[in-house]
Amino acid sequence: MSVLLLAEVSGGELALDATAKTATAAAQLGEVTAIVCGTAAAADAAAKIAGVSKVLLCEDAAVANGLAENVARLIMDHSAGVTHIVAPANNSGKNVLPRVAALLDAMVITDVIEVLDAKTFKRPIYAGNAIQTVESQDAVKVLSVRTAAFDAAAEGAAAPVQVVALGETSTLSAHVEDKVIKNDRPELSSAKIVVSGGRGVGSQADFALISGLADKIGAAVGASRAAVDSGFAANDLQVGQTGKVVAPDLYIAVGVSGAIQHLAGMKDSKVIVAINKDEEAPIFQIADYGLVADLFEAVPELTGKL
Amino acid sequence: MKILVPVKRVIDYNVKVKVKSDGTGVDLANVKMSMNPFDEISVEAAIRLKEAGIASEVIVVSIGEKKSTETLRTALAMGADRGILVEADAGGDIEPLTVAKILARIVADEQPQLVILGKQAIDNDMNATGQMLAALLGWGQATFASELKIEDGKAHVTREVDGGLQTITVALPAIITTDLRLNEPRYASLPNIMKAKKKPVEEKTAADYGVDTALRLKVIATEEPAGRAAGIKVGSVSELVEKLKETGMV
Ligand SMILES: Cc1cc2nc3c(=O)[nH]c(=O)nc-3n(C[C@H](O)[C@H](O)[C@H](O)COP(=O)(O)OP(=O)(O)OC[C@H]3O[C@@H](n4cnc5c(N)ncnc54)[C@H](O)[C@@H]3O)c2cc1C
Ligand SMILES: Nc1ncnc2c1ncn2[C@@H]1O[C@H](COP(=O)(O)O)[C@@H](O)[C@H]1O
Repeated sequence: MSVLLLAEVSGGELALDATAKTATAAAQLGEVTAIVCGTAAAADAAAKIAGVSKVLLCEDAAVANGLAENVARLIMDHSAGVTHIVAPANNSGKNVLPRVAALLDAMVITDVIEVLDAKTFKRPIYAGNAIQTVESQDAVKVLSVRTAAFDAAAEGAAAPVQVVALGETSTLSAHVEDKVIKNDRPELSSAKIVVSGGRGVGSQADFALISGLADKIGAAVGASRAAVDSGFAANDLQVGQTGKVVAPDLYIAVGVSGAIQHLAGMKDSKVIVAINKDEEAPIFQIADYGLVADLFEAVPELTGKL
Repeated sequence: MKILVPVKRVIDYNVKVKVKSDGTGVDLANVKMSMNPFDEISVEAAIRLKEAGIASEVIVVSIGEKKSTETLRTALAMGADRGILVEADAGGDIEPLTVAKILARIVADEQPQLVILGKQAIDNDMNATGQMLAALLGWGQATFASELKIEDGKAHVTREVDGGLQTITVALPAIITTDLRLNEPRYASLPNIMKAKKKPVEEKTAADYGVDTALRLKVIATEEPAGRAAGIKVGSVSELVEKLKETGMV
């Protein structure tokens, strides 16, 4: 069994948490070779993840921005004899893996939450309202891993790094620019605490109440779709079925009603707190601690007392 | 240029699905079905390109049971020009790889310059068909689009990526998959719903395209997710602070 793992890279650097969690799933399947499209430093970081036995580093600019045509080609170039191809189930993995699967005439297995054996996996469907166990009939299994469902592999390995070149560059797509919002907050998908704001927060200006509470307790900021669509928060902060899936130790939902699509992205959090002025809001059905209150009074008081 | 828009008939997004007690799947009897919400966004995007004089024709296609005709009619009422229904039975949900293979054959027949798909069907949550179709055709892809412009033979697309937004260009013909922020789909007006009834819908089967619908992912079991134990309501912010301190996390 031989597994190819597409490491997550952001701005050339390794996204360690997502890659180490995916490595935990990958290591259950066989010997892991990680592919890193980034810098030598990113490759060195990947080489330390327990369970990784080899790293392939591609520094070609054509793969640096995650363009699917080129990253898929790179994976195909190294797929001989491979039984599994694995990546984190985030936007970059989901952009590339189905393309690879189709090139191999295989069906991709999206959002794996449990590895039962080399060909049998569990994955959520219908916004997590059902969990399916599927058995792949394909020669090569191509799967994306929901990182929130796995613990991060420890550091401690010292795998060799081999520099590889991209065989053939596609010019079908071209990168223009990235608009990445940088701040000092923890990254949403890997944070221990997340504070999310919904439509109830009312405006972009008042969303500072959410980020203020988050900063006080070292949390990442999340948002409901309604908050993102209304322009209160950035697109990449959307938590849910069609946004990011998080499972922090503590999730605080403020002014979020708790639609199925939102719950799909956070209901596996360890402790859930909800602050909502409507005591009938569905979010209270899954909250460990619910506070029926006006968020404009409760949040400043909470921020002050923590 | 022609635009092809694949639309899937799925359970309505407001319905909370129930797993069948015998673990064979989810209960779809007598539940409301609708067009996949992302596909409404795709149809809207295609119609806007037609209204802007960039596209000449918008063709919608749905693959599945005969009732998918209703989904096609919805798209025609929004403003698409004609439909193709491909009846297919896989003994379960038709997989993205199968859908992509059928779509590849339709692309060969129709020669569209753009295929606009949803990023994800809200039933199987696969997020795969567009990328797979791009691979089968050897086309470029721009997934998770939140802005789309067609200029000098290229699609200029802003994509929702993990850390923010990314802008790329893709040479036509190309595959686009749509994200939530691309547009707000219109509602079909009553006169347009009436007109849509007369628009042509061609009826095909998967066999007409020589595509095997056998499932690659054999479904062994479908179960309910683990539930959460009931929580409590706290009476004040101070009580909440106390509880949070007990957890040791703040
Ligand atoms: C295809 C599709 C995909 C989707 N994907 C997602 C997704 O990934 N993530 C997601 O979140 N949603 C998603 N949605 C949207 C989802 O269905 C809901 O519309 C959305 O989650 C609602 O956001 P909200 O809870 O912020 O807003 P609302 O439902 O409007 O709730 C606002 C809440 O704020 C409370 N409130 C108002 N004022 C105050 C106050 N002063 N103090 C305290 N509480 C107050 C109200 O009581 C209410 O409960 C999707 C929908 C579709 C169709
Ligand atoms: N059976 C189908 N008929 C028509 N289009 C489909 C079908 N299945 C998937 N699609 C298209 O592919 C997109 C992504 O679906 P999926 O890959 O299944 O998540 C959908 O939004 C549709 O545009």
